[in-house]
Amino acid sequence: MTGQTKRVVVAMAALALTASSLAVWADEDADLVVNGEIEMVVRTDAPAHLDGAVRTIYSGWVFRQDDTQAMQMDDFDNPGMLFAEQGQELFNTAMGANGESCASCHTNAEDLTRVRATYPKWDEAHGAVQTVEMQVQECQTESMGMAEAWGQNSQEMLNMTAYIASIGRGQVIDVAIDGPAQATWDAGKEIYYTRYGQLELSCANCHEQNYGNYIRADHLSQGQINGFPTYRLKNARLNGTHNRFRGCIRDTRGETFAIGSDEFIALELYVASRGNGLTVEGPSVRN
Amino acid sequence: MSLTRREFVGTSLTSAAAFAALPSLSFAATADEAIAAYYRRRGHIGCRDHLDRARNCRERLNTVQIEVSAPGAEEIIMFAAGNPNPNVATFKFGPMSGSQAATTRIRLASEQDVVAIAKMPDGSFLKAVSNVKVTIGGCGG
Amino acid sequence: MAENVTPRVRAPREASVGEVVSVRTLISHPMESGMRRDGDGNVIPRSIINRFVCTFNGEVVVDVTMEPSIATNPYFQFEAKVMESGTFNFTWYDDDGSVYEDSSDITVS
Repeated sequence: MTGQTKRVVVAMAALALTASSLAVWADEDADLVVNGEIEMVVRTDAPAHLDGAVRTIYSGWVFRQDDTQAMQMDDFDNPGMLFAEQGQELFNTAMGANGESCASCHTNAEDLTRVRATYPKWDEAHGAVQTVEMQVQECQTESMGMAEAWGQNSQEMLNMTAYIASIGRGQVIDVAIDGPAQATWDAGKEIYYTRYGQLELSCANCHEQNYGNYIRADHLSQGQINGFPTYRLKNARLNGTHNRFRGCIRDTRGETFAIGSDEFIALELYVASRGNGLTVEGPSVRN
Repeated sequence: MSLTRREFVGTSLTSAAAFAALPSLSFAATADEAIAAYYRRRGHIGCRDHLDRARNCRERLNTVQIEVSAPGAEEIIMFAAGNPNPNVATFKFGPMSGSQAATTRIRLASEQDVVAIAKMPDGSFLKAVSNVKVTIGGCGG
Repeated sequence: MAENVTPRVRAPREASVGEVVSVRTLISHPMESGMRRDGDGNVIPRSIINRFVCTFNGEVVVDVTMEPSIATNPYFQFEAKVMESGTFNFTWYDDDGSVYEDSSDITVS
């Protein structure tokens, strides 16, 4: 047998690419259907308030390479769903002095289907715009008798918001920007167009003027947040919206706002409103 | 996921090495040492291989999906030559396996060669190398 | 000690005799490599799942020795040939001695 030629014995494929060298790059024309049933809107006309700044809004999903895209098309391949499931367990777990779980009040979790699609949202009782995280914290301290609510960026909170998002997947985003929320929305818009850091970059510089282009090796998206919390392959964990904002501003070599700060709440409302018309994808998969 | 076709010239052993139960790999400083240690354990004398190098660029380095396939192999061992600890995994296929192929997700410290070696039932070894490029994987955070 | 380790498996519920079926597994685990350092410069001790075994009716489908280069939340996909109805058993072995198990039944006709 010595010298006998063997063919094709060990083949390795990190290389789905050999068929086509283009295939590894993002398929910007692809459509996203999760589990063969949840149809997502990944591109649609921009909301009127953008006033022509961009004509079409795109989910960050379309900017990812095809195998990253594929990981979000099936819940089994999406590691973020592991944490959404842990969030579901938390939802049904009693916490706090009153011995109540989220499910004690929200007996039908399906009633929360529109939550991710409509937050951040004006809260009349508190006279402020609230994020989903703030709403969870409010439930914990004001209804469930917890002395201390989960931190906004804690694993429990990420799991819970992943679960709440997963209930509403496929729902069309429609956050209100007028009425009492408008002042916060205006503040968020101001931040979006303000240049930060030594690099003097605003959100708009990358995500409005240069989406689809590369910043070093990174393929810039429109910075939409409809997929949050998102499972990032770079850190292999769920990432919340404010943490992501912080990373962006830090990369401008700027001093960032804090997670949960008024500035980031305003920015979250504004950025969410730029995605009005896209669908809830959380927990999504991104690079 | 499509596979890359490559051709190899494998030199088989005349005396099949005793196949011991899988020992865990001791820490090896380099992939070359790890590969040499693996060959020693498996009684390998040497092999000649001809390799295509596939170019590839993944947009992340902490989660790179890799598929290995070696029809008929008893086991496949994988190394990431550029990782501080190059050992990745050893797949040992049992009687109920439907193919000698597996997919997993691995970490790569940088652009590097990923090496797979298959041990065949006749005592021969087959090796494949794939150069995988990775980017720093997304801004922010 | 890894917390909240959740295994998930997906295998078909039905197959025909001699069919080769695809099996996928995913488990939440940090797979701390032992290569990282914390903020104070101390090495974070290795804590990984070091072995994964899938059996069908007690016989091995695949036995994987896992090293620190396996990514967080380990994922495997492989194939099994089923000749009769039975049960896939999946076992993950953690460095800390924990063993995580899952199973999936299949009807073969």
